[in-house]
Amino acid sequence: MQIPYTKRTLSNGLDVIVHEDHQLPMVAVNLWYHVGSKNERPGRTGFAHLFEHLMFEGSEHHDHGYFPPMQRAGALINGSTSSDRTNYWEVVPTGSLELALWMESDRMGYLLPALTEKKFANQREVVLNERRQNYENRPYGMAGMALSAAMFAPDHPYHWPTIGAPDDLRAATLADVHAFFQKFYHPSNASLALAGDIETAEAFDLAERFFGELPPGPVPDPVRAEAGLAASANLVLEDRVELPRLYLSWHSPAMFGDGDAELDVIADVLAHGKSSRLYKRLVYERRIATDVSAYQHSREISSVFQMACTAAAGVPLSELESAVRAAVAEIAATGPTPAEIERALAQSEAQFLYRLQTIGGFGGKSDQLNAYNTYLGDPGYFDRDRQRYVGMTAVAAAAAARRWLQEAPLVALSVVPHGRRELALPGATEVHVS
Amino acid sequence: MSRVDRSRLPEPGPDRPFRFPRIARRTLANGLQLRAVTHSAVPMISIVLLVPGGSSADPADRPGLVSMTAGLLDEGSRGQSALDIADRVARIGGDLDLEQSADAVVVALTTLDRHVEPGLALVHEIVSSPNLAVDDFNRVRNLRLERLRQMKDHASAMAERAFAQVLYGRHPYGHLGYGTMASLTAATVEDTRLLHAAMFAPEGSTLIVVGDRPDEELLDLASAAFSGWRALGSTMRLDREAALAPPPARPLTRLGVVSRPGAAQSELRIGHVCAPRATPDYHALLMLNTILGGQFVSRINLNLREAKGYTYGVRTGFDLRRGIGPFVLQTSVGTEVTVPAVREALNEIREIATTRPATGDELSLGFATISKGYPRGFETATQVARSVAQLALHGLPDSYFEDFIPRFAQVTQDDVSRVAARYLDLDKMTTLIVGDLDKIAVSLPDLGLGEYQVLTPEI
Repeated sequence: MQIPYTKRTLSNGLDVIVHEDHQLPMVAVNLWYHVGSKNERPGRTGFAHLFEHLMFEGSEHHDHGYFPPMQRAGALINGSTSSDRTNYWEVVPTGSLELALWMESDRMGYLLPALTEKKFANQREVVLNERRQNYENRPYGMAGMALSAAMFAPDHPYHWPTIGAPDDLRAATLADVHAFFQKFYHPSNASLALAGDIETAEAFDLAERFFGELPPGPVPDPVRAEAGLAASANLVLEDRVELPRLYLSWHSPAMFGDGDAELDVIADVLAHGKSSRLYKRLVYERRIATDVSAYQHSREISSVFQMACTAAAGVPLSELESAVRAAVAEIAATGPTPAEIERALAQSEAQFLYRLQTIGGFGGKSDQLNAYNTYLGDPGYFDRDRQRYVGMTAVAAAAAARRWLQEAPLVALSVVPHGRRELALPGATEVHVS
Repeated sequence: MSRVDRSRLPEPGPDRPFRFPRIARRTLANGLQLRAVTHSAVPMISIVLLVPGGSSADPADRPGLVSMTAGLLDEGSRGQSALDIADRVARIGGDLDLEQSADAVVVALTTLDRHVEPGLALVHEIVSSPNLAVDDFNRVRNLRLERLRQMKDHASAMAERAFAQVLYGRHPYGHLGYGTMASLTAATVEDTRLLHAAMFAPEGSTLIVVGDRPDEELLDLASAAFSGWRALGSTMRLDREAALAPPPARPLTRLGVVSRPGAAQSELRIGHVCAPRATPDYHALLMLNTILGGQFVSRINLNLREAKGYTYGVRTGFDLRRGIGPFVLQTSVGTEVTVPAVREALNEIREIATTRPATGDELSLGFATISKGYPRGFETATQVARSVAQLALHGLPDSYFEDFIPRFAQVTQDDVSRVAARYLDLDKMTTLIVGDLDKIAVSLPDLGLGEYQVLTPEI
């Protein structure tokens, strides 16, 4: 499927990508800053995400909330922060495109004069609440943090979670925020996609008018770090849960790297849907697990392949572990069957199209154009991305499973009910997450 | 090129015209209602089958049976196993959802356009002739029992459950779709067969197909796939209208607490039973909610999140259904600010109905937010299909989308004040807290809501 687009880079370094789609009288404005929690440092974690919150609290020429004028325009608005990037987007009626660009450019160019200690303190509390609500007060909510901490050395940028550590958030100062903004939030570290009911020439004129006056800012150095495990680890975390769950986590190739798509398909074949190997064996036939999952979590510097299964009542996690390892060994030996590959390809094609049904939002066309542009410098990577899957062979998939899973060390994490350490894999070491 | 004038925000330009979906209809000889909409975007097709009578149609002694039966639809049909069905869905890149709300069961399949025929055939097959085999029943029931056990650890799931029970008691809206451990344990595969035969019938159901083909062609395809569907007889008497009875009068729980020792936050629900979807005040209630707690810049969110930092977010909603649905405020707040957060929330509700009525500016903001963003709800085939399903569920006319904005524009400040006074009644409101009782008990009397009751929702 073709997504026609035009890309130009303004003289200040801002990439602008335009895609026309006149189905709705709406335009998606989507802005990526190439900064995420990977750009933080130990002791000051959670910054990129806290910053995302502050971007909605007003800028020099509109020192009020970001939401009221945008909602008055009928816009849908959001933003998100990952380890690799931060994105901000609005989907606005075409008549309000200038308003959206005015506001996005004002917070890119003129945020700091409006940033007060009071706003900062308020949003820090909001983020601490977000952390409690989405992680601490949720069953298995701390498992991801425990795994990241075990998979990556303390100075590796993927060691800490995007939401940050509470002590770090409390220790953050307004001066830290200023420094962070000046380093990362400017045209030369950003990519703007406009998709929807707009003429291409007009879109570039507007982008130039609103963003062209902003100074480029420094180009941040790419973050590089080596990831790897010297040996496998076996950990246990106690949590407020009813059923023990086992997580297995391996290092895997970076996003778009060799083996990335293969492991994505391996994950599908092992645990996506009822016809997947592990669902069929563990949940459907043997009934020793209540759910299984597998996921190639692709990221910029390096990725993680993660599997999880929750034990049915009374089933020891060691039994699940053996079954998962057997399935990994098997697929590493012979790869997926032709029917499994056919199925995985049909699913990946459909998922690819699902993401392209909308002009904006998370995963819509504007977001995807920016993702390809930010990570690969090529907004039109759609076909090449698809080709990674279409041409896949069982031999290549098996080789990836062998290299990255079967022959590699891993971190096993048992999450068990409080006071029930004996339910963990034998020999597990206790971990604590703050 | 002229520099940007940053002394003021640009004025929004005029709205460009938008054509709402044109709905084509057909009724099959077996009674099934068909709807089709041509939607040109990506080559996807969305198939939605609406069967009225959701969890509110559960037999009184079998809460959870509708959901259980709906959940078994894709566990095998016409002698094929659950794995065969899953394989067929996967091969067409399908995304199959079996859902039940309080009022209806929805079977939704989204797939690639070139698979429209096998997609329709699959939906027809699983709905009309599921295996409902004893072994599958036992397996799925066990998974559901495990899920129920796990729900005890979810503060929000406990809050939903306790709140429905407190507001509705034994009314059909008083239990959640999943039912309880006791009812699932007592259920038999024969129950699901009887319920399936009583509930899943062409008469009364509506099939919606949306995709990039002429609507007549979509109707023809749907007819071909579903014209052989026949109602099965059943000895089970199913009351799809049970929820239309008003909730029984019951002693008011003003302040309820579900104890959750060591909880990192307090999960809150505040509300009471309120109105049905068919209320003539629907548009005024939508406006009231938008101003009070229905959007980011609502009064309650600006207060609790942006001014006080008590929460990551708070929202209110009039959950209007075929029967009388509830008004609910929901949020999760820091344990130590539980009492001030509840107090502020109650104040906001009180004030909008009394001393601080909605202003003209709030009204114009609310109108713009909803009306200017309205076309966004029709971007994907799935959005369109689900919107049409809502019309079918609530008996709304095909012109509903077209009429919505002009009708919403008629809501006045007086209307909002009137519905606030009529539909928000602090004296009848229940405040529910799921949190660390040991830490908050001492401050609860400060709320002035009387003695708190410790609730233990049935799981």
